[in-house]
Amino acid sequence: MRARVWFRIHRRMFLAGWRRGSRYRAAALGGLVANATFGFLKASILVAAVHAGGGSIGGYDTASIAAYTWLSQALLGSVNLSGRSDLATRMKDGSIAVDLLRPVDLQTVTTAQEVGRALFALLPRAVPLILLGMLVGGMRLPVDPVTLGLGVVSVVSGVTLSFLTVYLVAVAGFWMLETRGLQTAYMILSGFLAGLFVPVTLFPAWLLAVARATPFPSMLQTPIDVLSGRLSGIPAAQAVLVQLAWIAGTLAVGQLVTRAGRRRLEVQGG
Amino acid sequence: MAERTSFVRPYRAMLGARVRAQSSYRASFGLDLVTSLLIGLVELAEVWVLYRSVDGIGGLDLTTALLVFGLADTAFSIADLLVGHLDTLPQYLRAGTFDVFCLRPQPLLAQLITSDISLRRVSRVMVGLTVLTGALIANHVPLTPGSVLLVLLSLLSGTAISTGTFVAASGAQFFLVDAAEMTNSVVYGGRYASTQPGSVWNRPLIALFGFTVPMAFAGYLPTLTLLGLPAPWHLPTWAGWLAPVAALWTGGLAWLSWRTGTRHYQGGGG
Repeated sequence: MRARVWFRIHRRMFLAGWRRGSRYRAAALGGLVANATFGFLKASILVAAVHAGGGSIGGYDTASIAAYTWLSQALLGSVNLSGRSDLATRMKDGSIAVDLLRPVDLQTVTTAQEVGRALFALLPRAVPLILLGMLVGGMRLPVDPVTLGLGVVSVVSGVTLSFLTVYLVAVAGFWMLETRGLQTAYMILSGFLAGLFVPVTLFPAWLLAVARATPFPSMLQTPIDVLSGRLSGIPAAQAVLVQLAWIAGTLAVGQLVTRAGRRRLEVQGG
Repeated sequence: MAERTSFVRPYRAMLGARVRAQSSYRASFGLDLVTSLLIGLVELAEVWVLYRSVDGIGGLDLTTALLVFGLADTAFSIADLLVGHLDTLPQYLRAGTFDVFCLRPQPLLAQLITSDISLRRVSRVMVGLTVLTGALIANHVPLTPGSVLLVLLSLLSGTAISTGTFVAASGAQFFLVDAAEMTNSVVYGGRYASTQPGSVWNRPLIALFGFTVPMAFAGYLPTLTLLGLPAPWHLPTWAGWLAPVAALWTGGLAWLSWRTGTRHYQGGGG
């Protein structure tokens, strides 16, 4: 396929996802209220923990732990930590057969669409939460354009990586009739290892090593650290490179699995 | 009395059928129990990771925090087992299947509560009870009639408070159909709040989770009373004994919300 055509298809799918995300206003408001409530609860205990630690805990001070809390709630609407996807439903009800008839790459097209929807969610969910965190939560964001630019790259990478990983969960359906168990396992592990509840840097060394061996910290912890300026300069660039490496890895595995799965696929009915 | 048996008998029959149905697919049921157990363990791990890095947060050390977790999490898990499936109400409302419940000559809420019982949630109750037992021993809580009564009263009241929030949230669903996450912030935010030391909260959080949705009475305040620690917010040391009052208050809120919601409901057409 020529590069221009490839680009046009993926841009269209991205925009389709973006528009779809814009349709569910009430749901976005509900999510915003939930994220804000958790933001206040988490900020209160984490800030108290920083005070108890004599002003610093796991490399976080009051301002950076506030930034951590509010950014994690802000990104939660966009990073997929639930393991659920439309693709999994389509695998189960057989409509995947129709998707596979189209002359496009299942993995990249699905990801473009999901990322489009997720990035739209940044507008109604992330922006208000970041403002809330800055107004009442005592969080600060860096002002220099290099850090912010790198932060934006890191957020987009984290969101993309989360969908590429959820894609792997969904296409396991080529072999398993029911991927619900796998999805639940993903949901249980991802939030914890991504640093949603407690920053992974507070983990004991062995648990930190376990977390770093998975792609999960690259989905949430890294974007937060880069965007909040906790990592800057070379370490920030390195963290983004790790994210890109995970993206390349999950892309490659997804391609292989999809190719093998197409041969396995058996759609019932007709 | 006649009315009571007419409710209890179908409930028993339904529960029996559920037990048989869910345990007949042994492998799947076993997997459900294991995932549910893992969720409980990860929640416990969150508390552990946070408290292990400092001496104490908001007046609680790790051992005390585990007592709060044990009380509050057991109570919430029992409520979740009994009425957690009320969460599916928005789906019934959207699909119009709620009308079926309206046609039957049984109280709506009783029908919904008995519509499903997820036995897999039993293993989360076990996690809570295990932590509670361990924490009671580790905190050297004396085995006096007073302390036993307080623990039982706190578990019962905590379960009633959590059950009340589930029902109150369901009542609000009749208005909020698409914004279910808004009430989730009260129900699941409440679960999270109930395992926290309330002393770290700011005024709005005290108003919300201390008294309006009185989650502090599920675990935190009874723990302070059990251990003879001073209570926050100008409350007396015996504040833990007020848990039943909090339960009655939540029950009233739940009743009001459910009544308003069902009277507002106008049917899904068809």
